[in-house]
Amino acid sequence: MKLSQDFVRQLPDSRHHFGRQQGLWQRLHVDPILLLILLALTCFGLVVLYSASGQSESMVKRQFVFFSIAYCVMFVVAQLDMQMVRRWSPWLYVGGIILLVLVILIGVGAKGAQRWISLGVVRFQPSEAMKIAVPVMTAAYFSRRSLPPKFTDIVVSMIIIILPAVLIFMQPDLGTAILIAASGIIVVFMAGLPWRYIFGSLAMICISIWPMWHWVMKDYQKQRVLTLLDPEADRLGAGWNIIQSKTAIGSGGLHGKGLFNGTQSQLDFLPESHTDFIIAVMAEELGLIGVIFLLSLYLLLIARGLYIAWTSQNTFNRLLAGSITLTFFVYVFVNIGMVAGMLPVVGVPLPLVSLGGTSIVTLMTSFGLLMAIATEKKKVVA
Amino acid sequence: MMWAGEQLHQFKDHHREARVFAVRAAISLLMVVALFGVLLARYYRLQVTDHEVYATRSDRNRIHVRPIPPNRGLIYDAQGQLLADNRPTFTLSVVSERTSNLEQTLDHLADLIEVSERDRENFLKRLRQRRRPFEAVPLRYRLTEEEISRIAVNEFELEGVEIEAQLTRAYPKGALFAHTVGYVGRINERELSSFDQATYERYSGTHSIGKIGLERYYESELLGQVGSENIETNAHGRVLRTLEFTDPQPGKDLYLFLDSRLQQVAVDQLDGRRGSVVAIDVKTGGVLAMVSAPAYDPNLFVNGISYKDYRALNESRDLPLFNRSIQGQYPPGSTIKPMLGLGGLEAGVVDFDTHISDPGYYQLENDERFYRDWKKGGHGRRVDLRQAIVESCDTFFYDMAFRMGVDSMHPFGDKFGLGERTRLDIPSERPGLWPSREWKERVRGLHWFPGDSLNISIGQGDVLTTPLQLAVMTSTIASRGTHLRPRLVKQLGNQVTEREVVDQIEVQSQYWDYVHSAMEGVVHSARGTAHRISRGIGYKMAGKSGTAQVVGIAQDEEYDADKLDERQWDHALFIGFAPVEDPQIAIAIIVENGEHGSSAAGPIAREVFDTYFATQAEDNAKP
Repeated sequence: MKLSQDFVRQLPDSRHHFGRQQGLWQRLHVDPILLLILLALTCFGLVVLYSASGQSESMVKRQFVFFSIAYCVMFVVAQLDMQMVRRWSPWLYVGGIILLVLVILIGVGAKGAQRWISLGVVRFQPSEAMKIAVPVMTAAYFSRRSLPPKFTDIVVSMIIIILPAVLIFMQPDLGTAILIAASGIIVVFMAGLPWRYIFGSLAMICISIWPMWHWVMKDYQKQRVLTLLDPEADRLGAGWNIIQSKTAIGSGGLHGKGLFNGTQSQLDFLPESHTDFIIAVMAEELGLIGVIFLLSLYLLLIARGLYIAWTSQNTFNRLLAGSITLTFFVYVFVNIGMVAGMLPVVGVPLPLVSLGGTSIVTLMTSFGLLMAIATEKKKVVA
Repeated sequence: MMWAGEQLHQFKDHHREARVFAVRAAISLLMVVALFGVLLARYYRLQVTDHEVYATRSDRNRIHVRPIPPNRGLIYDAQGQLLADNRPTFTLSVVSERTSNLEQTLDHLADLIEVSERDRENFLKRLRQRRRPFEAVPLRYRLTEEEISRIAVNEFELEGVEIEAQLTRAYPKGALFAHTVGYVGRINERELSSFDQATYERYSGTHSIGKIGLERYYESELLGQVGSENIETNAHGRVLRTLEFTDPQPGKDLYLFLDSRLQQVAVDQLDGRRGSVVAIDVKTGGVLAMVSAPAYDPNLFVNGISYKDYRALNESRDLPLFNRSIQGQYPPGSTIKPMLGLGGLEAGVVDFDTHISDPGYYQLENDERFYRDWKKGGHGRRVDLRQAIVESCDTFFYDMAFRMGVDSMHPFGDKFGLGERTRLDIPSERPGLWPSREWKERVRGLHWFPGDSLNISIGQGDVLTTPLQLAVMTSTIASRGTHLRPRLVKQLGNQVTEREVVDQIEVQSQYWDYVHSAMEGVVHSARGTAHRISRGIGYKMAGKSGTAQVVGIAQDEEYDADKLDERQWDHALFIGFAPVEDPQIAIAIIVENGEHGSSAAGPIAREVFDTYFATQAEDNAKP
C-alpha cells in the first residue's frame, strides 16, 4: 500500500499563550484545556458515585481503576496519526460489523439481551467499538468526496450508518443503535447535508411514526414510550424508576439535601442510582446548583471539542472531532433528559459519572482522538 | 485498501468546505446551548417550581406514620371486678408491599403454622379493603408460643411478615354480662366505609370496635386517642429510626352500677328459664342487675365468630342473642295496676272508700262481651282499691278504667315512661307501646272503644312494656314520683355520671302511702298474691305480680296450660321494691311462659333483695 503523501510543512507556531509549555503539551499530544475539564468531571463524578453507591469505597476504587485505564488509553490514542486512522478506518469498521454478526449468532445474554462476546476472562461489547468505528468511517468516507455531498454520497453514507445500527437494534439495544446512528448522522450533517434533506427526513419521521408503532416496535419499547408519557399510570412497574428519580430531583430543591443526605438515593428508593440514574442522586444532594455546575462542565467540554473541530486543518479531522463532540452531547442530553422524565428510558449512562468500565474506556478513546486532532492541526494541507 | 477517487481531493474546495463546516458547527453549538437551556428549564421546574410537591413525596416515601393503638378502657362492676379486660395476644400480619411474592409467602407460612382457608380468605378480603400503604394486614390471631418460635426461626426468609403483640378484649365473666357489657368485634367493611377521615385516622392500628351493649354505646370514650410514631424506612421497608413519637391516650374506664353478685343471683334464680331481671337503685337510677336469659359467651365474637357458632346462636329457639331486658316487649299484665291505681286516685275517679262488688266479670252497657276476672266467681262484695291491688282484682280496674277513660289514663302512664325508650346507656332499646286514642287512629285507623281502656287497665290488649320500663316504673313508684333516667355507668374515667330526673310526678303524698301499703300487702298480707315469698323475710318489701297472656283466649274458652305448648303458656311477671319505709332497690322480672308471676317470678325478687341487703351490710362492714 503506497501512500500518496501530501506536501506538508510546519508553520511556526502562531500562538504563544502557553510559551514553552505549549510546546511540551504539543509534543505529548495532549490538549491541556480538554484534559483539565476531563479531570474536573472525573473528580466530580467520583464524589457523586461515592455518595450514590452508599459510600462504597470499593465501588469508587473500581471506578478509579477504570478511569486510570481509560486515561492511559486516551493518552495512547492521542499519539495516533490521524491519516493512518483514516486509512485504517474501513478495517476497523468491517471488523466491527463481523463482530456484531457474531454476537447475534453466539452472543452471551445479559438481562435478556445479547450484547457480549465472551473472550474467556474479558467480555467484549462490539457495539462499544462501533461507537468509534461509525463516526470514523463516515468521516473518512466524506473526506474522500467533494463536499457538500451529492445524493449518492448521502445514500452510501447512510448505508454505512444504518447497517451497524440495525445489527445493534437486533441485539436488541435500541438506545445504543440510535446513538450510533446519531453519531454517523452528525457527520453527514457537518459535511453539509443539504437542508432540504434534513427537513424532508424530519417530515418522513413524523409520517412513519404510526406504522413504526404498529409493526416495528416491540412491546417493551412501546411500554417505555407509554411510561414516559404517563409514568404515574404504572406506579410499581416501568413507571417506578421515573417517579422515584423525579422525586429525588425535585426534592433536592435549589441547594440540595447535602452530600450523602439524599433520602431517595441513600434509602434505596432510587433504582440504578449508581449507573444510569446517577444524576438524580446528584440533583437530590447538591440541588439545582449542582446540576448547573455539572452542565457547565459538560458545556465547556463540548465548546472545547467544537473549537478543536473548528480549528482543525482537514475535513476528516473536522468531521470526526465534530461528531465525537456532538455525540458526547447527545449522550449527556439523553441521559439527563431521561432521568428527568423528558425522554424515554433508554439505557444510557451519564458520561464520566456513571459507574461503568467499557463505556468510560470508549469515551476516553474518543477524547484521545480529539486530542490527536487538536495537536495535529499545525500540519497544514497545502 | 485504497480509496476510489483518491484523485478527487485535488478538486476539493477546501475553503468552501471549511465555511460550510463552520456554519454547521455554529448551528450545532447554538442547538447545544438551546437544549441545555431546555434541560435547565426542566430541572428548574422540578427543583424550584414544584419543589414542595416532590419534597413531600420524598418524605412520604421514607417516613411512615405508624399508628400506635390506644389501650381500650376497662369495664368494672360496682365492686371493682373486671368485666372487660385487655389481654395480650400475638397476631401475625403481613405487609404485602414488602413481599416479593405474596402467594409464596402465604404458602410458606401455611407450612410453618396453621393457616386455615378461612384465615386466608379473610386476609385477602382485608387486603382489598381501604387501607394505607405498608399497613400490616392480620392473617392469624392468637398465635401459640410454639408458633411464634417457629416463625422466629424462619424469619430471615419471610419477607414482610410481622408478629405483633396486641391487646385483645376479653370478658372474664363470660355470659354473665353479655347483654349489658356487649362485645367488640373486628371492624367490618360497612363500618369502615361509614367512617369519615378523622374517624378513620382514629381507628388506625385498632382492629376492633364495640358492636353492642356498653362497648358500643361508649365506643368513643372507651377507644381513647391513637398515638403515632413517624418512622424512617428504606425502600425495602426496613425501619431505620424513629423520628417522632406521640403517646396514645388510653380510653376511659367504665365503672358500673351493676353488681356481679346480684347479677349472679338473678341468673341462678332464673335457673335456665327464659326471662329477664332488671334491678334499679331507687336513689340514683343506677341499674344494679340486668339479666337476659339465655345469654351467650361474648368472647366468641372478639376475633370474629365462626359461622357455625353464629348460626347456632342465631337459630336457637331460645334467642340467646336477644336482649330481653330492653328489647323484649311484653304485656305488663297486672303489674301495671299500682300505677293506674295512683292515677285513679289523683284523677279523683276513685278514693279510699270506692268499692265495687265483683261477680268475677265486668260488662259494659249495650255490650254482650264478658270482661273476665282471673278469679272465677270474683273477689267478693266489697272490693276497694287496696284489695284490688293486693289480690289483683281485675273487675275493680275494669270499672275504674271505664270511668277514668283513656285520655286521663294515657298521660299519667306517660309520666312513668311507658311507651317510650328509657334512654338507658346501651343501644337497641325498644320503646314498648302505651296506647292512646290518637295512636289507635293513626296506626289502626280505628276509634278508641271503651273496651280498649278495660284491656289496658289490666295490662293486656295493646300495652307492651320492656322489663327495663317496668323496673323504671316501679322505681318511680318507690321514690314517690321521681322518674329517673336509668343508667349503667356510675363513673366514666374519673367523671361521675349525673343523676337525671326525667319527670317529677305530682301525686298527693297520702296516695303514695296508700299504694305503697297496698303493694306491701301483696307480699306481706295473707291474701296477697305473693305472700309466699315473705316467709322469713327480714325487711318490708312491696310488690305486684302479673301474668301476661301469650295467646288470646276466645270468649267462651278456658285457659288450660295442659292443652297448650309450653311456649304458649302465660308469662309470669313481678315488680317490687324494698324496704317499703325507705325504698332503695326496685325490680322487674319476667319469666317467659312461667305461668304465674307470684310463684315463678316473685321468689327471684326476694332472692335478689336478700342478696342486695346482705351485700350492703357486708360492704358497710368493710373499713
